[in-house]
Amino acid sequence: MTDSPIIKLTAAEIAARIASGALTAVEVTEAHLARIEAVDEKVHAFLHIDREGALAQARAVDEKRERGETLGPLAGVPLALKDIFTTAGIPTTVGSKILEGWIPPYDATLTRRLKEADVVILGKTNMDEFAMGSSTENSAYGPTGNPWDLTRIPGGSGGGSSAALASYEAPLAIGTDTGGSIRQPAAVTGTVGVKPTYGAVSRYGMVAFSSSLDQGGPCARTVLDAALLHEVIAGHDPLDSTSIDAPVPPVVEAARNGSVEGMRVGVVRQFRGEGYQAGVVQRFDESVRLLKELGAEIVELDCPSFDLALSAYYLIAPSECSSNLARFDGLRYGLRVGDDGTRSAEDVTSLTREEGFGDEVKRRIMLGTYALSSGYYDAYYGSAQKVRTLIKQDFERAFEQVDVIVSPTTPTTAFPIGERADDPMAMYLADLCTIPTNLAGNAAMSLPCGLAPEDGLPVGLQIIAPAMKDERLYRVGAAVEAAFVARWGHPLLEEAPSL
Amino acid sequence: MPGITREEVAHLARLARLELKAEELDHFAGQLDDIIGAVARVAEVADRDVPPTSHPLPLTNVMRADEVRPSLTSEQALSCAPAQEQQRFKVPQILGED
Repeated sequence: MTDSPIIKLTAAEIAARIASGALTAVEVTEAHLARIEAVDEKVHAFLHIDREGALAQARAVDEKRERGETLGPLAGVPLALKDIFTTAGIPTTVGSKILEGWIPPYDATLTRRLKEADVVILGKTNMDEFAMGSSTENSAYGPTGNPWDLTRIPGGSGGGSSAALASYEAPLAIGTDTGGSIRQPAAVTGTVGVKPTYGAVSRYGMVAFSSSLDQGGPCARTVLDAALLHEVIAGHDPLDSTSIDAPVPPVVEAARNGSVEGMRVGVVRQFRGEGYQAGVVQRFDESVRLLKELGAEIVELDCPSFDLALSAYYLIAPSECSSNLARFDGLRYGLRVGDDGTRSAEDVTSLTREEGFGDEVKRRIMLGTYALSSGYYDAYYGSAQKVRTLIKQDFERAFEQVDVIVSPTTPTTAFPIGERADDPMAMYLADLCTIPTNLAGNAAMSLPCGLAPEDGLPVGLQIIAPAMKDERLYRVGAAVEAAFVARWGHPLLEEAPSL
Repeated sequence: MPGITREEVAHLARLARLELKAEELDHFAGQLDDIIGAVARVAEVADRDVPPTSHPLPLTNVMRADEVRPSLTSEQALSCAPAQEQQRFKVPQILGED
């Protein structure tokens, strides 16, 4: 079967063609559903496809247009939603067996905003269980393949969302980023991913992993598409006490006016060294030269506490997870195991959690229980919080000198599925460059900056901005993207093998 | 810092309500010990005069007016319950028989 040319369009192009009547939302949705049917058996980006719901949403957009009503900036554009956001009437599993078949009775705020903006939700995407992982291998429903090479990981935990974009199954997707789960998958699949400022996008209805780090955000194939989605999902939510009550930064305007002319761009010494693949460093150095050619001033920075970020993260995130996941007790929803009339609630809970959780989730629950236990609390969790302060201070000092910081998004390109499965510390290194931003709460983006010469796989460039200055990511990102696409003669994804 | 023993993992599993199998105890004891060994470096800053940061935003308690508003119906709230009886969640026994 020949794919419809519609699947190669960007979200901005699709929205414009639907608004002008050149395409109907139903045609666009059908083209993507057909693509999913053709390739998702190989890619496994989706856990659940809502064919009927998507077509009904699309028909509603077409009727709205026929009635002459004003359409939103992304009306009729299909989207792949990470299975961590609740969707009323549609299964939400968080990639876990403990929620297999769970159908939430309510929508997350993000889900509701997408629906109100007339975005067409195609289905729910695969993810590492409870968003814990960097490879999507921890999904209870099997791994997702990287469309560049199906034997390699698509990143994690949002591997399903990034793979859906890179395989042209959807032009837009949603991810969540606790330690890099939007940016790392974007980097290894040659797509764009943004972790907005902490608190910019509501966490209401997003299954909590580590509440002080988790942040939902946009995934797309272009910087402008990410900005359009950012504006739809961001903004204050009274249902989330950690939601920022301030106007959304002008990200779309910034994405339409890309420029680095006169900007000061920081390069942090701690974001290179041992463990970085040669081809990744090469593409990053080229990106820095490009920024200079485009008129930016490059400033070398020292952020010594970043060396401790990974350690602090692997104490703070498990501690918060051990507390958040206590709600999965088999009593009110989800799986229940061993309730034979003789066992106590405590025993049933223990048997349910043993059966329902996978290895990585158990590992982190126990790590968190240990770090929070009496006698170890000060040495581990308490010290990790002090490191967090030092990292925030490093960022504050850096942003006195520069407007944005750049780094490689990941130290290596996509590794083979299974390679790091039994070595948690090796897996954790995938988030080396992304974690400091989650600890400090500021904003960051990953966008493609070329292919590593040694393996022909995508490399990501990370741009980091101060909290509430998300528009800087888009201004710089759009300039870099335009320059790279002009140099390559086409978007990077066009070099991916056809599926 | 002390290493994590198999017995300690068994104790942690009980605290965390995880009925781990014997082979899991061995597996996790080695891995948790490796991870703790790698992340224990954070303690190097512990005695310095650094205030802890628990959250990236300064948080204040948010209150709303105490008024009756629409919410989930009991059918909706119970729709995902593993067991229910008389419009309530049915749970295993909490207290032992003795």
